[in-house]
Amino acid sequence: MPVFALLIISKAGSLIYHRTFPTSSSTTGSQPATGTLGLPGTTSLTTNDYLVLAGTFHGVHAITKSLTPRVPAYSASSEDSPSVNGATIKTPAFRYPNPELPVTGIESLESSFFKLTVFQTLTGTKFLLFTDPSMPNTDGLIRGIYDRYADHVCKNPFWHVDNPIRLEGWDRALSQFLFRR
Amino acid sequence: MSMPPSAASTTYSNSSYSEGFRPSMHSSNPSFAGAGLRLPSNRKTIYDRNLNRSRNAELSRASFAFLFMEMVTHAQRKIKSVSDFEKKLNEQGYPLGMKLLDLLLYRSSPAGSATSTSTPAVRPLRILPLLTLINNKLYPLLFSRPADSLEQDTQDASKYMIIDNTPLTNTYISVPKEMNQLSVAAFIAGIIEGVCDGAGFQCKVSAHNQGTDVWPNRTVFLVAFDESVMERERELERQGVK
Repeated sequence: MPVFALLIISKAGSLIYHRTFPTSSSTTGSQPATGTLGLPGTTSLTTNDYLVLAGTFHGVHAITKSLTPRVPAYSASSEDSPSVNGATIKTPAFRYPNPELPVTGIESLESSFFKLTVFQTLTGTKFLLFTDPSMPNTDGLIRGIYDRYADHVCKNPFWHVDNPIRLEGWDRALSQFLFRR
Repeated sequence: MSMPPSAASTTYSNSSYSEGFRPSMHSSNPSFAGAGLRLPSNRKTIYDRNLNRSRNAELSRASFAFLFMEMVTHAQRKIKSVSDFEKKLNEQGYPLGMKLLDLLLYRSSPAGSATSTSTPAVRPLRILPLLTLINNKLYPLLFSRPADSLEQDTQDASKYMIIDNTPLTNTYISVPKEMNQLSVAAFIAGIIEGVCDGAGFQCKVSAHNQGTDVWPNRTVFLVAFDESVMERERELERQGVK
Protein backbone atom coordinates (compact mmCIF):
# COMPACT_ATOMS: atom_id res chain seq x y z
CA MET A 1 0.00 0.00 0.00
CA PRO A 2 1.81 3.11 -1.13
CA VAL A 3 -0.36 5.55 0.83
CA PHE A 4 1.37 6.44 4.10
CA ALA A 5 -0.77 8.98 5.89
CA LEU A 6 -3.59 11.48 5.65
CA LEU A 7 -3.79 14.71 7.62
CA ILE A 8 -6.63 17.21 7.59
CA ILE A 9 -5.97 20.73 8.83
CA SER A 10 -8.83 23.10 9.56
CA LYS A 11 -8.84 26.62 8.25
CA ALA A 12 -7.72 27.88 11.65
CA GLY A 13 -4.60 25.74 11.39
CA SER A 14 -5.40 22.97 13.84
CA LEU A 15 -5.18 19.31 13.07
CA ILE A 16 -8.66 17.83 12.89
CA TYR A 17 -7.81 14.40 11.56
CA HIS A 18 -4.77 12.25 11.16
CA ARG A 19 -4.46 8.67 10.19
CA THR A 20 -1.52 6.58 9.16
CA PHE A 21 -1.91 3.52 7.05
CA PRO A 22 0.20 0.48 7.89
CA THR A 23 2.60 -0.35 5.10
CA SER A 24 3.47 -3.94 4.43
CA SER A 25 7.12 -3.18 3.61
CA SER A 26 7.97 -1.29 6.79
CA THR A 27 6.47 -3.81 9.18
CA THR A 28 7.97 -7.26 9.19
CA GLY A 29 5.03 -8.96 10.82
CA SER A 30 6.42 -9.05 14.36
CA GLN A 31 6.10 -5.40 15.28
CA PRO A 32 2.68 -3.74 15.33
CA ALA A 33 1.77 -1.71 12.32
CA THR A 34 2.20 1.87 13.42
CA GLY A 35 2.48 3.61 10.08
CA THR A 36 4.83 6.37 9.07
CA LEU A 37 4.95 9.46 6.96
CA GLY A 38 7.28 7.55 4.65
CA LEU A 39 10.34 9.14 6.21
CA PRO A 40 12.73 7.06 8.25
CA GLY A 41 12.36 7.81 11.95
CA THR A 42 8.73 8.81 11.81
CA THR A 43 7.39 5.56 13.24
CA SER A 44 7.36 6.90 16.77
CA LEU A 45 5.48 10.14 16.17
CA THR A 46 3.00 10.93 18.90
CA THR A 47 -0.28 12.75 18.48
CA ASN A 48 1.43 15.83 19.86
CA ASP A 49 4.05 15.63 17.12
CA TYR A 50 1.33 15.54 14.53
CA LEU A 51 -0.29 18.61 16.06
CA VAL A 52 3.03 20.46 15.87
CA LEU A 53 3.57 19.25 12.32
CA ALA A 54 0.14 20.48 11.27
CA GLY A 55 0.65 23.87 12.89
CA THR A 56 4.04 24.25 11.23
CA PHE A 57 2.69 23.26 7.87
CA HIS A 58 -0.16 25.73 8.19
CA GLY A 59 2.37 28.53 8.66
CA VAL A 60 4.60 27.32 5.84
CA HIS A 61 1.62 27.09 3.58
CA ALA A 62 0.65 30.68 4.32
CA ILE A 63 4.21 31.80 3.54
CA THR A 64 4.38 29.88 0.26
CA LYS A 65 1.08 31.43 -0.70
CA SER A 66 2.55 34.92 -0.57
CA LEU A 67 5.70 33.69 -2.29
CA THR A 68 3.84 32.68 -5.41
CA PRO A 69 5.89 34.18 -8.26
CA ARG A 70 4.36 37.04 -10.17
CA VAL A 71 5.21 38.37 -13.61
CA PRO A 72 5.52 42.06 -14.54
CA ALA A 73 2.29 43.51 -15.81
CA TYR A 74 2.07 44.31 -19.49
CA SER A 75 3.48 47.88 -19.61
CA ALA A 76 1.77 49.00 -22.85
CA SER A 77 -1.62 48.70 -21.23
CA SER A 78 -0.81 51.45 -18.70
CA GLU A 79 -1.14 54.21 -21.33
CA ASP A 80 -4.64 53.39 -22.36
CA SER A 81 -5.83 52.17 -18.99
CA PRO A 82 -9.45 53.12 -18.34
CA SER A 83 -10.09 56.29 -16.40
CA VAL A 84 -13.04 56.94 -14.14
CA ASN A 85 -13.92 60.58 -13.32
CA GLY A 86 -10.62 61.80 -14.60
CA ALA A 87 -8.49 59.67 -12.30
CA THR A 88 -6.69 56.79 -13.90
CA ILE A 89 -6.99 53.46 -12.19
CA LYS A 90 -3.64 52.26 -11.01
CA THR A 91 -2.88 48.87 -12.42
CA PRO A 92 -0.58 46.73 -10.31
CA ALA A 93 2.95 46.52 -11.55
CA PHE A 94 2.96 42.76 -11.15
CA ARG A 95 0.37 40.17 -11.56
CA TYR A 96 0.01 36.44 -11.24
CA PRO A 97 0.71 34.26 -14.28
CA ASN A 98 -2.93 33.29 -14.46
CA PRO A 99 -5.04 35.93 -12.70
CA GLU A 100 -8.14 33.82 -13.07
CA LEU A 101 -6.85 31.17 -10.70
CA PRO A 102 -6.84 31.81 -6.97
CA VAL A 103 -3.40 31.88 -5.41
CA THR A 104 -2.51 28.66 -3.67
CA GLY A 105 0.45 27.63 -1.61
CA ILE A 106 2.35 24.36 -1.72
CA GLU A 107 0.60 21.90 -3.94
CA SER A 108 3.06 19.07 -3.74
CA LEU A 109 6.40 18.27 -2.18
CA GLU A 110 8.57 15.41 -3.30
CA SER A 111 11.52 13.67 -1.76
CA SER A 112 13.12 10.33 -2.36
CA PHE A 113 11.13 8.90 0.56
CA PHE A 114 7.68 10.30 0.07
CA LYS A 115 5.48 12.60 -1.92
CA LEU A 116 3.23 15.08 -0.19
CA THR A 117 0.13 16.18 -2.06
CA VAL A 118 -1.80 19.14 -0.71
CA PHE A 119 -5.36 20.00 -1.54
CA GLN A 120 -7.02 23.09 -0.18
CA THR A 121 -10.80 23.35 -0.29
CA LEU A 122 -12.62 26.58 -1.07
CA THR A 123 -13.26 27.12 2.61
CA GLY A 124 -9.62 26.71 3.60
CA THR A 125 -9.51 23.17 4.90
CA LYS A 126 -6.30 21.46 3.84
CA PHE A 127 -5.85 17.81 3.00
CA LEU A 128 -2.31 16.43 3.22
CA LEU A 129 -1.67 13.08 1.65
CA PHE A 130 1.65 11.34 2.14
CA THR A 131 2.28 8.72 -0.51
CA ASP A 132 5.07 6.76 -2.05
CA PRO A 133 6.99 8.93 -4.57
CA SER A 134 6.12 6.48 -7.32
CA MET A 135 2.38 6.77 -6.68
CA PRO A 136 0.57 8.00 -9.80
CA ASN A 137 -2.44 10.32 -9.91
CA THR A 138 -2.38 11.53 -6.32
CA ASP A 139 -4.55 14.49 -7.35
CA GLY A 140 -7.33 12.13 -8.32
CA LEU A 141 -6.83 10.22 -5.10
CA ILE A 142 -7.08 13.32 -2.94
CA ARG A 143 -10.19 14.42 -4.84
CA GLY A 144 -11.75 11.07 -4.06
CA ILE A 145 -10.89 11.54 -0.39
CA TYR A 146 -12.46 14.99 -0.51
CA ASP A 147 -15.62 13.44 -1.99
CA ARG A 148 -15.81 11.04 0.95
CA TYR A 149 -15.14 13.88 3.36
CA ALA A 150 -18.00 15.89 1.86
CA ASP A 151 -20.34 12.91 2.18
CA HIS A 152 -19.46 11.34 5.48
CA VAL A 153 -18.16 14.30 7.47
CA CYS A 154 -19.94 17.40 6.19
CA LYS A 155 -23.33 15.67 6.01
CA ASN A 156 -23.07 14.33 9.52
CA PRO A 157 -25.11 16.17 12.15
CA PHE A 158 -22.86 14.93 14.93
CA TRP A 159 -19.80 16.71 13.60
CA HIS A 160 -19.30 20.44 13.91
CA VAL A 161 -17.12 22.57 11.69
CA ASP A 162 -13.44 22.69 12.68
CA ASN A 163 -13.85 20.03 15.37
CA PRO A 164 -11.77 16.87 15.38
CA ILE A 165 -13.24 14.16 13.18
CA ARG A 166 -14.10 11.00 15.09
CA LEU A 167 -16.60 9.30 12.87
CA GLU A 168 -16.85 5.62 12.22
CA GLY A 169 -18.54 5.98 8.86
CA TRP A 170 -15.84 8.29 7.55
CA ASP A 171 -13.06 5.93 8.67
CA ARG A 172 -14.85 3.07 6.99
CA ALA A 173 -15.49 4.94 3.76
CA LEU A 174 -11.88 6.12 3.68
CA SER A 175 -10.32 2.70 4.07
CA GLN A 176 -12.80 1.25 1.61
CA PHE A 177 -11.81 3.89 -0.92
CA LEU A 178 -8.07 3.63 -0.40
CA PHE A 179 -7.72 -0.13 -0.09
CA ARG A 180 -10.12 -1.32 -2.73
CA ARG A 181 -8.33 0.52 -5.47
CA MET B 1 -56.99 33.73 -12.38
CA SER B 2 -56.49 31.62 -15.44
CA MET B 3 -55.00 32.91 -18.65
CA PRO B 4 -56.59 32.27 -22.01
CA PRO B 5 -54.85 29.65 -24.15
CA SER B 6 -51.54 30.23 -25.82
CA ALA B 7 -52.84 32.31 -28.74
CA ALA B 8 -53.84 35.15 -26.46
CA SER B 9 -50.73 35.04 -24.39
CA THR B 10 -48.46 35.29 -27.41
CA THR B 11 -50.41 38.18 -28.84
CA TYR B 12 -50.18 40.30 -25.73
CA SER B 13 -46.88 39.08 -24.43
CA ASN B 14 -45.26 42.49 -24.66
CA SER B 15 -48.10 44.52 -23.25
CA SER B 16 -48.64 45.18 -19.59
CA TYR B 17 -51.80 43.05 -19.55
CA SER B 18 -49.87 39.79 -19.74
CA GLU B 19 -49.27 39.61 -16.03
CA GLY B 20 -49.85 35.89 -15.92
CA PHE B 21 -46.62 34.62 -17.42
CA ARG B 22 -44.03 37.20 -16.62
CA PRO B 23 -41.81 36.59 -13.64
CA SER B 24 -40.99 40.28 -13.42
CA MET B 25 -44.58 41.04 -12.58
CA HIS B 26 -44.60 38.94 -9.42
CA SER B 27 -43.87 41.76 -7.05
CA SER B 28 -46.62 43.94 -8.46
CA ASN B 29 -49.21 41.22 -8.00
CA PRO B 30 -50.60 41.62 -4.47
CA SER B 31 -52.13 38.18 -4.28
CA PHE B 32 -48.73 36.52 -4.57
CA ALA B 33 -46.52 39.05 -2.85
CA GLY B 34 -46.14 38.28 0.81
CA ALA B 35 -48.16 35.12 0.62
CA GLY B 36 -45.20 33.19 1.99
CA LEU B 37 -45.28 30.86 -0.97
CA ARG B 38 -42.32 31.14 -3.26
CA LEU B 39 -43.28 30.52 -6.82
CA PRO B 40 -40.97 29.35 -9.55
CA SER B 41 -40.90 31.49 -12.68
CA ASN B 42 -43.35 29.25 -14.53
CA ARG B 43 -45.84 29.56 -11.65
CA LYS B 44 -46.07 25.82 -11.23
CA THR B 45 -45.99 24.92 -7.57
CA ILE B 46 -45.86 21.41 -6.19
CA TYR B 47 -49.65 21.61 -5.86
CA ASP B 48 -50.06 22.04 -9.61
CA ARG B 49 -48.24 18.83 -10.33
CA ASN B 50 -50.16 15.70 -11.19
CA LEU B 51 -50.27 13.44 -8.14
CA ASN B 52 -49.89 10.43 -10.34
CA ARG B 53 -46.65 11.49 -11.90
CA SER B 54 -44.03 9.51 -10.05
CA ARG B 55 -41.53 9.17 -12.86
CA ASN B 56 -38.63 11.66 -12.85
CA ALA B 57 -39.70 12.77 -9.40
CA GLU B 58 -36.46 11.59 -7.85
CA LEU B 59 -34.52 13.97 -5.69
CA SER B 60 -30.85 14.47 -5.13
CA ARG B 61 -29.39 12.27 -2.42
CA ALA B 62 -27.12 15.06 -1.24
CA SER B 63 -29.97 17.52 -0.76
CA PHE B 64 -31.86 14.94 1.24
CA ALA B 65 -28.74 14.28 3.30
CA PHE B 66 -28.41 17.98 4.13
CA LEU B 67 -32.10 18.33 4.94
CA PHE B 68 -32.07 15.24 7.11
CA MET B 69 -28.95 16.50 8.85
CA GLU B 70 -30.84 19.62 9.89
CA MET B 71 -33.78 17.50 11.00
CA VAL B 72 -31.50 15.46 13.25
CA THR B 73 -29.92 18.62 14.63
CA HIS B 74 -33.40 19.97 15.32
CA ALA B 75 -34.46 16.78 17.07
CA GLN B 76 -31.31 16.92 19.16
CA ARG B 77 -32.43 20.06 20.97
CA LYS B 78 -33.71 19.72 24.50
CA ILE B 79 -33.57 15.98 24.69
CA LYS B 80 -32.91 14.07 27.88
CA SER B 81 -32.14 10.60 26.63
CA VAL B 82 -31.50 8.59 23.51
CA SER B 83 -35.06 7.25 23.54
CA ASP B 84 -36.26 10.86 23.67
CA PHE B 85 -34.15 11.53 20.58
CA GLU B 86 -35.61 8.58 18.69
CA LYS B 87 -39.12 9.57 19.71
CA LYS B 88 -38.62 13.01 18.20
CA LEU B 89 -37.32 11.57 14.93
CA ASN B 90 -40.20 9.12 14.93
CA GLU B 91 -42.68 11.97 15.34
CA GLN B 92 -41.17 13.71 12.34
CA GLY B 93 -41.77 10.69 10.14
CA TYR B 94 -45.23 9.78 11.43
CA PRO B 95 -47.33 12.43 9.59
CA LEU B 96 -45.40 11.64 6.44
CA GLY B 97 -46.43 7.99 6.66
CA MET B 98 -50.07 8.92 7.21
CA LYS B 99 -50.11 10.90 3.97
CA LEU B 100 -48.00 8.43 2.04
CA LEU B 101 -50.57 5.70 2.62
CA ASP B 102 -53.23 7.80 0.90
CA LEU B 103 -50.86 8.69 -1.92
CA LEU B 104 -49.92 5.04 -2.43
CA LEU B 105 -53.55 3.93 -2.58
CA TYR B 106 -54.44 6.81 -4.87
CA ARG B 107 -51.68 5.96 -7.28
CA SER B 108 -52.45 2.27 -7.35
CA SER B 109 -56.17 2.85 -7.81
CA PRO B 110 -57.71 3.33 -11.26
CA ALA B 111 -59.15 6.71 -10.25
CA GLY B 112 -55.66 8.07 -10.43
CA SER B 113 -54.87 6.45 -13.74
CA ALA B 114 -58.22 7.61 -15.24
CA THR B 115 -59.19 4.13 -16.43
CA SER B 116 -62.20 3.02 -14.40
CA THR B 117 -62.39 -0.58 -15.57
CA SER B 118 -60.74 -2.48 -12.74
CA THR B 119 -61.72 -2.38 -9.07
CA PRO B 120 -60.25 0.38 -6.93
CA ALA B 121 -57.38 -0.42 -4.61
CA VAL B 122 -58.51 -1.12 -1.09
CA ARG B 123 -56.77 -0.58 2.18
CA PRO B 124 -55.16 -3.70 3.54
CA LEU B 125 -57.31 -5.52 6.07
CA ARG B 126 -54.87 -8.17 7.23
CA ILE B 127 -51.36 -7.80 8.55
CA LEU B 128 -49.57 -9.56 5.75
CA PRO B 129 -51.00 -7.45 2.90
CA LEU B 130 -50.14 -4.38 4.95
CA LEU B 131 -46.54 -5.46 5.38
CA THR B 132 -46.15 -6.40 1.73
CA LEU B 133 -47.59 -3.00 0.84
CA ILE B 134 -44.85 -1.41 2.93
CA ASN B 135 -42.20 -3.70 1.52
CA ASN B 136 -43.14 -3.59 -2.15
CA LYS B 137 -44.91 -0.26 -2.59
CA LEU B 138 -43.87 2.18 0.12
CA TYR B 139 -40.17 1.33 -0.03
CA PRO B 140 -39.88 1.69 -3.83
CA LEU B 141 -41.77 4.99 -3.60
CA LEU B 142 -39.36 6.36 -1.00
CA PHE B 143 -36.07 4.70 -1.86
CA SER B 144 -36.51 3.24 -5.37
CA ARG B 145 -36.04 -0.33 -4.13
CA PRO B 146 -37.95 -2.81 -1.98
CA ALA B 147 -36.87 -3.54 1.59
CA ASP B 148 -34.35 -6.33 1.93
CA SER B 149 -36.30 -8.76 4.04
CA LEU B 150 -39.50 -9.27 6.00
CA GLU B 151 -39.56 -11.63 8.98
CA GLN B 152 -41.83 -12.63 11.81
CA ASP B 153 -40.66 -13.06 15.37
CA THR B 154 -40.53 -16.76 16.20
CA GLN B 155 -41.58 -16.21 19.81
CA ASP B 156 -44.12 -13.41 19.52
CA ALA B 157 -46.58 -13.59 16.64
CA SER B 158 -47.46 -9.89 16.99
CA LYS B 159 -43.93 -8.80 16.14
CA TYR B 160 -42.64 -8.45 12.63
CA MET B 161 -39.29 -7.28 11.36
CA ILE B 162 -38.61 -5.28 8.24
CA ILE B 163 -34.93 -5.41 7.45
CA ASP B 164 -33.06 -2.79 5.50
CA ASN B 165 -29.38 -3.35 4.75
CA THR B 166 -28.64 0.17 3.62
CA PRO B 167 -31.13 2.66 5.06
CA LEU B 168 -30.85 6.00 3.29
CA THR B 169 -30.95 7.97 6.52
CA ASN B 170 -27.91 6.17 7.94
CA THR B 171 -25.73 6.34 4.83
CA TYR B 172 -23.78 9.42 5.79
CA ILE B 173 -24.47 9.53 9.50
CA SER B 174 -22.42 7.75 12.10
CA VAL B 175 -23.46 8.30 15.68
CA PRO B 176 -20.95 9.17 18.40
CA LYS B 177 -19.95 6.52 20.93
CA GLU B 178 -21.89 7.98 23.84
CA MET B 179 -25.10 7.53 21.82
CA ASN B 180 -24.38 4.18 20.24
CA GLN B 181 -27.93 3.02 20.98
CA LEU B 182 -29.31 5.67 18.68
CA SER B 183 -30.43 4.86 15.19
CA VAL B 184 -31.43 7.82 13.06
CA ALA B 185 -33.51 5.39 11.02
CA ALA B 186 -36.13 6.06 13.71
CA PHE B 187 -37.37 8.56 11.14
CA ILE B 188 -38.14 5.73 8.70
CA ALA B 189 -39.68 3.78 11.60
CA GLY B 190 -41.96 6.79 12.12
CA ILE B 191 -43.02 6.68 8.48
CA ILE B 192 -43.82 2.96 8.75
CA GLU B 193 -45.76 3.57 11.96
CA GLY B 194 -47.72 6.31 10.23
CA VAL B 195 -48.66 4.00 7.38
CA CYS B 196 -49.73 1.22 9.75
CA ASP B 197 -51.74 3.56 11.97
CA GLY B 198 -53.34 5.19 8.95
CA ALA B 199 -54.48 1.77 7.78
CA GLY B 200 -55.97 1.08 11.21
CA PHE B 201 -53.24 -1.14 12.60
CA GLN B 202 -52.13 0.36 15.89
CA CYS B 203 -48.52 -0.52 16.46
CA LYS B 204 -45.15 0.66 17.69
CA VAL B 205 -42.26 0.68 15.26
CA SER B 206 -38.67 1.03 16.42
CA ALA B 207 -35.38 0.98 14.56
CA HIS B 208 -32.44 -1.08 15.77
CA ASN B 209 -28.87 -1.18 14.53
CA GLN B 210 -27.76 -4.67 13.67
CA GLY B 211 -24.70 -4.02 11.61
CA THR B 212 -22.78 -6.86 10.04
CA ASP B 213 -19.35 -6.74 8.44
CA VAL B 214 -20.84 -6.63 4.97
CA TRP B 215 -23.66 -4.26 5.86
CA PRO B 216 -22.45 -1.94 8.61
CA ASN B 217 -25.67 0.10 8.49
CA ARG B 218 -28.07 -2.86 8.53
CA THR B 219 -31.18 -1.80 10.40
CA VAL B 220 -34.09 -3.83 11.71
CA PHE B 221 -37.47 -2.14 12.00
CA LEU B 222 -39.40 -3.93 14.71
CA VAL B 223 -43.16 -3.63 14.17
CA ALA B 224 -45.05 -4.57 17.32
CA PHE B 225 -48.81 -4.65 16.73
CA ASP B 226 -51.30 -3.90 19.50
CA GLU B 227 -53.24 -6.71 21.14
CA SER B 228 -56.49 -5.28 19.66
CA VAL B 229 -55.05 -5.65 16.18
CA MET B 230 -54.07 -9.25 16.86
CA GLU B 231 -57.55 -9.98 18.17
CA ARG B 232 -59.11 -8.61 15.00
CA GLU B 233 -56.59 -10.54 12.95
CA ARG B 234 -57.70 -13.82 14.56
CA GLU B 235 -61.35 -12.95 13.98
CA LEU B 236 -60.72 -12.14 10.30
CA GLU B 237 -58.75 -15.36 10.00
CA ARG B 238 -61.75 -17.32 11.23
CA GLN B 239 -64.07 -15.54 8.80
CA GLY B 240 -61.68 -16.16 5.95
CA VAL B 241 -61.20 -12.52 5.03
CA LYS B 242 -58.11 -11.89 3.00
